[in-house]
Amino acid sequence: MRLVLLLAVVTLVAAVSLLVGFRYVLLIAVGVGFGLVLEGLRFGFAGPWRSMIVNRDPSGVLGHLLAIAFAAIIAIPLLEWRQGELTGAEAPIGFAMVAGAFCFGIAMQVVLACGSGTLVNAGSGNLVSIIALPFFAIGSFVGSYHLFWWTDLGSLPAYKFSGFSGLLITLVGLAIIAILFLRMSPKKYRKIPRRYIVAALLLAILASLNLVLAGQPWGVVYGLGLWVAKGVAATGFDLSSSIYWSASSSVERLQQGILTDYTSLTNIGIVLGAFFVSCWRRDGLSQKLPRLPIKGWLSAIISGFVLGYTARLAFGCNVGAFFSGISTGSLHGWIWFGAAFLGSIIGVKIRPSLGLVPKS
Amino acid sequence: MTRKFTASLTILFIASIIMLDSFNSDFNPYNAPAAFALGSGVQGGGAFCGELPD
Repeated sequence: MRLVLLLAVVTLVAAVSLLVGFRYVLLIAVGVGFGLVLEGLRFGFAGPWRSMIVNRDPSGVLGHLLAIAFAAIIAIPLLEWRQGELTGAEAPIGFAMVAGAFCFGIAMQVVLACGSGTLVNAGSGNLVSIIALPFFAIGSFVGSYHLFWWTDLGSLPAYKFSGFSGLLITLVGLAIIAILFLRMSPKKYRKIPRRYIVAALLLAILASLNLVLAGQPWGVVYGLGLWVAKGVAATGFDLSSSIYWSASSSVERLQQGILTDYTSLTNIGIVLGAFFVSCWRRDGLSQKLPRLPIKGWLSAIISGFVLGYTARLAFGCNVGAFFSGISTGSLHGWIWFGAAFLGSIIGVKIRPSLGLVPKS
Repeated sequence: MTRKFTASLTILFIASIIMLDSFNSDFNPYNAPAAFALGSGVQGGGAFCGELPD
């Protein structure tokens, strides 16, 4: 099985290299790296936020802040040095953005998976994430279809912290949040496990590689929406009624293959990396699937859709807005974090009543 | 049923998307950009979650 798996990955890499070019292969490899780290070191986003909310255990969130700090130390100076070639994850801040992040936080705790988490969990055979993933993609498409209507409700222009002062503000901001979380937590939880430190370092390296290869930060949601948009366009549906999908840059991307779309490539890589780790573990894929009631299926479907839709309104998920936003100096990443964390508190409370806590 | 079934389903889902897309897309490796955007001297052209297209 392991040999077959290795051969399959090598074949895919060779095929992509021959079909589209070397940059795209490297980006799949970066995506596989994300999947290996996230699944291999069990470093997610939704679970640690839940631990902070339920148990006041900040270790996972501290791991996130550390990863973002490591990534910012590389990304913010690089963006300053190579303006034009490299772009950050800046996005406007508006009513829809804040509300989108808040609702994303709720849905993320309902299905216990975020943007990257849904891909990782699906790759490792998690039933809820497999139900949610296609609806996440549909939600992302529909959200982008309506995006301009939402942004017209009112938004401020994008703002970013750049240069040395921008890096300093980012690091001080992360340190303040870390101190706040530490003060809220019992003494026994006031440390970061070694695997989180390793994961934080590896994620920062991979995110930096993503930036220097693609010229843009790591993201998830755009790629999922693009898959559905391409499917919809292929069936003959006219997308010209959408301002977003009828824009010239969007039309161009709809005509290109997903193997040349950066976020699609890393998304594919994340699923493959998680699948790889699960196959490699002795009992990784032998666990029995839980029996979900109809309410659980519906909750997963609706939450998946909400995750995709609201991530588009919020200009990213935990990856594109929180991780990449803050680490590339975007103000909207900070606002996203606050709104999504508040939403998560509600999500944690409503999850038990939605049929997603497995019976056996 | 075990996770093996659902994980395999995900891989099949991803493989189907790539296969279906490849029928509707023209690939040309000779049009590929430089391996690294950094140092290429070319303005970044990919789409991102935070982007509002013109």
